[in-house]
Amino acid sequence: MSIIKAENITLMYGAGTSFEKTALDNVSFEIEKGEFTGIIGHTGSGKSTLVQLLNGLMKPDKGCIYLDEKNIWKKPKQIRNVRFRVGLVFQYPEHQLFEETVYKDIAFGPKNMGLEEDEIDRRVRQASEFAGLKEDKLMLSPFDLSGGEKRRAAIAGVIAMDPEVLILDEPTAGLDPLGRDALLSGIEDYHRSRNKTIILVSHNMEDVARYCEKVLVMSHGKKILHDTTESVFTRSDILEQNGLRVPQIMKVMSELKQKGINVDTSIMTVDKAFIEIINLLSDK
Amino acid sequence: MKEFIKIENVYYKYYDNSDNFALKGIDLTINKGEFIAVVGHNGCGKSTLSKLLNSIFIPTTGTITVDGIDTKNDDKLFEIRKKVGLVLQNPDNQIVAGIVEEDVAFGCENLGFRPQEIRERVDYALKAVDMYDYRLHSPEKLSGGQKQRVAIAGIIAMKPECIVLDEPTAMLDPKGRDEVLNTIRELNKKLGITIVLITHYMEETILADKIVMMNDGAIMLSGTPKEFFSDVELLKRYRLDVPQVTELCYKLKGCGYELPDSVLDEHECVEALYKLLSNYNELL
Ligand SMILES: Nc1ncnc2c1ncn2[C@@H]1O[C@H](COP(=O)(O)OP(=O)(O)OP(=O)(O)O)[C@@H](O)[C@H]1O
Ligand SMILES: Nc1ncnc2c1ncn2[C@@H]1O[C@H](COP(=O)(O)OP(=O)(O)OP(=O)(O)O)[C@@H](O)[C@H]1O
Ligand SMILES: [Mg+2]
Ligand SMILES: [Mg+2]
Repeated sequence: MSIIKAENITLMYGAGTSFEKTALDNVSFEIEKGEFTGIIGHTGSGKSTLVQLLNGLMKPDKGCIYLDEKNIWKKPKQIRNVRFRVGLVFQYPEHQLFEETVYKDIAFGPKNMGLEEDEIDRRVRQASEFAGLKEDKLMLSPFDLSGGEKRRAAIAGVIAMDPEVLILDEPTAGLDPLGRDALLSGIEDYHRSRNKTIILVSHNMEDVARYCEKVLVMSHGKKILHDTTESVFTRSDILEQNGLRVPQIMKVMSELKQKGINVDTSIMTVDKAFIEIINLLSDK
Repeated sequence: MKEFIKIENVYYKYYDNSDNFALKGIDLTINKGEFIAVVGHNGCGKSTLSKLLNSIFIPTTGTITVDGIDTKNDDKLFEIRKKVGLVLQNPDNQIVAGIVEEDVAFGCENLGFRPQEIRERVDYALKAVDMYDYRLHSPEKLSGGQKQRVAIAGIIAMKPECIVLDEPTAMLDPKGRDEVLNTIRELNKKLGITIVLITHYMEETILADKIVMMNDGAIMLSGTPKEFFSDVELLKRYRLDVPQVTELCYKLKGCGYELPDSVLDEHECVEALYKLLSNYNELL
């Protein structure tokens, strides 16, 4: 059963003005419950617009969005509930942080959900740990954090709501490499152990290849591919035409193949490439 | 080479009454025309350091000189800003005007160029970041990556002697990242502009003459890319990683296979693996 379904959605910015822009053009897809989906696409292709529609921050001009088979705009007054169930971490954490302290920022969601003080406190601490935000940062103003620390605070704020569907718009931009790996493995764990649905918007092809089960590719407001990660990354021609790339390792594999070495060109990660090469060397 | 920026025993703290130093004894000399990459964990002090380079902040103790001018010298503020342009980590903080081309022109206008000159510089900069078609749009209404490009164009247009870029590619798609990096390299190689590039993407640092790693407010390690990436384990201990191809070759080398030290890019990796694999074939 699909948990999220987008049906022919179109969204225009500045309709009727000279800057009218069709940010999403008749996009349809379904996401199954418990799936880990990556969304990739060139700058300005409509990814952030799309995820804002999925959690009800904007309303499509045409088409419908379903959560658990219910049209989310059927009862506009209840759209808040959609936002609790579908948590969105914004592309720019600054757009999400506005309280006096980091603690209050992270507590904001759970508080709005009407949870008890104790539970809120527990969630704030758990979520900060999840996001790799040190305890001593909680009482600071969000403006006194470094770029990566702000990012972590914004992620914690959404995790604290414990959403069924977790959408992250470029969550690793600005994180240091270890932080990036730790966050993504944390999210994978959240996904696996609790069967949560995850949508990850990313420009990092290596991360998408490593963590996502499915990939949706956007270009100029249109969906151009939506398939398993392996199949999407075999279409390097389409990806390159649309401002994207395949992971570095995959490129190396296909160049070796072109030089006449019989390697598996669907390999996308260092670990698999390592095993492949070792095998080739020991076959001899 | 001529010394351009000289940082001597610099300490910096955000609040007078605090004893938390964001920078703890930085010593670094940047030569004219040099390309330096700065890496390090979240909160290690990279952005703080960048803001000290063009007098947004002045050292709590220690001195920084830019082309011989002390950054503490209030009377020379204008001159320092003319020499060192900074692209901030969050492009939102850099947007000042309601129209993209005005925004890009802002810095040049402050430098007092004639209108015709400004026009040429703005067009050059917008084309360099592939945003010329958006010149009449409103910056607030751009996507994340588009805003980032506009912020970069604003500094490029000023053609300062040194450009400091704080995570300029964090929101860009792979093609955009390549384009911006090519532009940076071009500014460095063709115009001799000194570059300080702060990044969490190790693939980007291989273009630099020197990589500087910060850790907890201090410089821990520095060297050419070849030197820097030779000890993968050490870098991982400092929350960094290495490009996929570097890691793959390092792991294979660790198993006793003959490969060069610090393989840095795809081309080098393909050549090295091809040689390794075809040598084995010959032995048969
Ligand atoms: N508030 C707005 N008003 C007008 N146009 C907008 C607005 N926000 C975005 N756009 C335009 O809509 C298109 C899609 O933007 P969106 O932010 O969804 O792209 P994106 O795929 O998330 O890009 P990025 O990778 O750069 O974050 C872009 O061309 C952008 O210029
Ligand atoms: N405006 C501020 N007021 C007080 N403390 C700050 C402020 N900005 C940064 N800090 C603190 O100073 C330290 C260094 O921050 P800085 O922004 O320089 O780190 P960074 O290396 O750029 O990190 P990132 O990779 O996350 O961008 C951090 O511990 C941070 O919490
Ligand atoms: Mg976006
Ligand atoms: Mg920073």
